[in-house]
Amino acid sequence: MAVQKRNKPLEQDPIERGKNFKEVSLGFTAEVALNEAMRCLQCKTAPCISGCPVGINIPGFIKKMKEKDFGGAASVISESNLLPAICGRVCPQETQCEEKCVLNKVGSPVAIGALERFVGDYKIAQGEKAKAITKNGGKVAIIGSGPAGLTCAADCAKAGFEVTIFEAFHMPGGVLTYGIPEFRLPKSIVKNEIQGLIDLGVVIEKNVVVGRTVMLDELREEYDAVFIGTGAGLPVFLNIPGENLAGVYSANEYLTRINLMGARLDGSETPVQKGKNVVVVGAGNVAMDSARTALRMGADKVTIVYRRSRSEMPARLEEIHHAEEEGIEMMLLTNPVAVLGETKVERIKCQKMELGAPDSKGRPRPIPIQGSEFEMPCDQVIMAIGTSPNPLLSKVSPDLKMDRGIVITDEFGLTSLPNVYAGGDAATGAATVILAMSAGRRAAKTICETLFCSRCKMDQ
Amino acid sequence: MYKIVAKRELAKDINEYVIQAPLVAKNAKPGQFIILRVDKEGERVPFTICDMNKVLGTITILVQTIGASTAKLAFLGAGDSIEDFVGPLGNATDLTEYDKVMLVGGGIGGAVIYPQAKLLHRIGKSPVTVMGARNRSLLLYEEEMRNHSERFYPMTDDGSYGEKGFVTNKVKELLENEKFDAILAVGPLPMMEAVCKVSKDYEVKTIVSMNSIMVDGTGMCGCCRVTVGGKTLYACVDGPEFDGQLIDFAEAKARSKFYKDFEQDHFCRIRGTGPK
Ligand SMILES: Cc1cc2nc3c(=O)[nH]c(=O)nc-3n(C[C@H](O)[C@H](O)[C@H](O)COP(=O)(O)OP(=O)(O)OC[C@H]3O[C@@H](n4cnc5c(N)ncnc54)[C@H](O)[C@@H]3O)c2cc1C
Ligand SMILES: Cc1cc2nc3c(=O)[nH]c(=O)nc-3n(C[C@H](O)[C@H](O)[C@H](O)COP(=O)(O)OP(=O)(O)OC[C@H]3O[C@@H](n4cnc5c(N)ncnc54)[C@H](O)[C@@H]3O)c2cc1C
Ligand code: SF4
Ligand code: SF4
Ligand code: FES
Repeated sequence: MAVQKRNKPLEQDPIERGKNFKEVSLGFTAEVALNEAMRCLQCKTAPCISGCPVGINIPGFIKKMKEKDFGGAASVISESNLLPAICGRVCPQETQCEEKCVLNKVGSPVAIGALERFVGDYKIAQGEKAKAITKNGGKVAIIGSGPAGLTCAADCAKAGFEVTIFEAFHMPGGVLTYGIPEFRLPKSIVKNEIQGLIDLGVVIEKNVVVGRTVMLDELREEYDAVFIGTGAGLPVFLNIPGENLAGVYSANEYLTRINLMGARLDGSETPVQKGKNVVVVGAGNVAMDSARTALRMGADKVTIVYRRSRSEMPARLEEIHHAEEEGIEMMLLTNPVAVLGETKVERIKCQKMELGAPDSKGRPRPIPIQGSEFEMPCDQVIMAIGTSPNPLLSKVSPDLKMDRGIVITDEFGLTSLPNVYAGGDAATGAATVILAMSAGRRAAKTICETLFCSRCKMDQ
Repeated sequence: MYKIVAKRELAKDINEYVIQAPLVAKNAKPGQFIILRVDKEGERVPFTICDMNKVLGTITILVQTIGASTAKLAFLGAGDSIEDFVGPLGNATDLTEYDKVMLVGGGIGGAVIYPQAKLLHRIGKSPVTVMGARNRSLLLYEEEMRNHSERFYPMTDDGSYGEKGFVTNKVKELLENEKFDAILAVGPLPMMEAVCKVSKDYEVKTIVSMNSIMVDGTGMCGCCRVTVGGKTLYACVDGPEFDGQLIDFAEAKARSKFYKDFEQDHFCRIRGTGPK
């Protein structure tokens, strides 16, 4: 059987887009979306569903699309995913839903992510208004406004709770706001989702650092349940000489200055160095975002330095392709050993690596090649080698049980403290938007069932 | 929005603001700081908490106008509001365990040690205070400090008041004649470094307050990192106060100057003097 080729979303020209912050992927038009939906075989066993962490009824929503019922498709998705416009854009589909699609065997999988994005955008364009909700009398506090916190807040509010989100920053959204750049996830989409919450009656208290401004115990006294969705924002450094030279940034700092503080815009008061010859260390989404941002900030040359090989790069496939198209250089099997310079970054010293036996996670261990050190000039280094949960809150909440910085929860999201839940990166270590979202949703369900099982039903 | 309840000009380009921020005031302690954004385009800038009133729910900060953000703030007065105000951040410093404390303040840092003096005075351990400034008009919170110190030594660069010379002269003289259990020095980096150099020979615990450049103030960006005893720590969550003998001041100075050109350009634009 000849299988029709997978449709590709339109994209901005690689050279042109390297100079602007507009979204790179333009998504499907309705016509192309329909055409792509037609490729789905509506498999009875639907293996694609098993690849989605929240188990979206994928053939179900695609069937509605085939019938041109985009609103119906949105309803099917919203049974399991609150943020389709976001997940459709940022999920690593090639290792999740699309990896399991049967069409992989005969060609390329259905573009499930792009279809989901289309439906999500359609839903936003329809501007659906929040329905009036009967209050159930309970109060829930949410700490952090990333995808985990936002989802938990939405579900609790829909169930009738009075919900207050406490956010440390002056703007809500977590990584969606300060981390993932505009050219990959337009901030208007994030703002729209947050406005939806406010319409539901959720109160967002910004500028509140829980553990400093208010204590967890104070929240526990005032609220029936507390959800911790504080993410994994603590940057990891390599601990190599010269890492504190001016011009060495953590990806968090670099991206926060540019995304949250608007340093890319003329007239913004927050400064950021416009590196000309930039080295980004790491090969995950954060590294790709940093490298592509540096390019857009006017760098002449951006090099990604990664200690393993191409097949181990953790970033989404699409981001790696996009980065390469835009001219980002990939220096693989290479590891920095020192950053050099008088007071500012001038050069970086690296070492070549080879791959050895697999480590505990099954990834080949990189082994330094003796005598392979070399230096290359650069004026900015961005460390994007990972993040771990921020200990600020846990340090001042000794009763909260932790395991190496990660909040311990049971399968329902409950922590060691009664009525205190956690989810997202804070409870797993750095992971994905969809996992954070599903953790928020699971905790909301438990909160609801525990506190008010007889009084309310989850409205999904 | 956070309302400015009162504003006082203490000296040229130095203003005191009392700001309505009940949540911040509730848990604030001496040694902690806040971060504010003047308006929607503003950057996040840190200031030490100089005083707090838990009943009225206010925080007092002292701001020296040196760049774009502080210049914009200087345009605001009582009744105006500030866009964002978050805190208390950082760790409180507890000097109450020491019996005899010397407080050393230079420039704006002079006023920042005020909450410590107040606390020590209240528990009957009034500190010996040395405060330095370029000239008399820049000596801040003099009355307040005098009232809460066992002895008070003003120092001016030009001799217009107190003794002529740097704070380090007085610190050395005091250490030569008396025994102190701890010194808290707050001021510009070169001043704190100089105090540490002097006190090293007398083996007195010397605490300094690192005013690194910051973004979030909660430990998520790493911008404020300082090397303390060979280890990288974050001024915003591990500090801002550290054992001064362990600080890599050369690195701290290099890091604090990194955005100088950029900031200068902005400052000129805000003040209307145009780009250099
Ligand atoms: C640059 C970058 C790119 C990424 N790209 C992708 C991608 O393409 N696809 C994907 O699936 N995932 C991606 N991720 C990962 C994904 O963004 C995270 O897994 C997800 O955002 C985690 O959600 P969360 O709600 O747990 O936490 P976060 O999004 O981190 O939000 C936590 C929030 O809590 C706030 N907070 C923290 N401490 C406190 C406190 N004490 N008091 C009050 N508020 C507090 C923070 O300010 C923040 O707003 C990326 C991450 C980064 C950094
Ligand atoms: C924990 C902490 C507490 C502080 N407490 C006070 C206080 O109580 N009162 C007060 O007036 N200031 C205080 N500062 C310094 C204050 O934050 C800076 O003066 C302010 O950020 C300047 O902003 P600006 O935009 O006006 O100047 P900018 O234009 O940002 O800077 C002007 C010049 O100062 C340098 N600079 C920038 N930021 C800093 C900084 N954080 N420290 C030293 N130099 C800097 C720049 O390189 C530039 O040369 C504190 C800083 C920290 C980190
Ligand atoms: S949420 Fe993510 S994994 Fe699930 S179907 Fe959508 S794109 Fe695929
Ligand atoms: S596996 Fe692929 S073809 Fe089959 S239902 Fe899922 S998306 Fe459609
Ligand atoms: S200011 Fe960002 S980590 Fe300290």
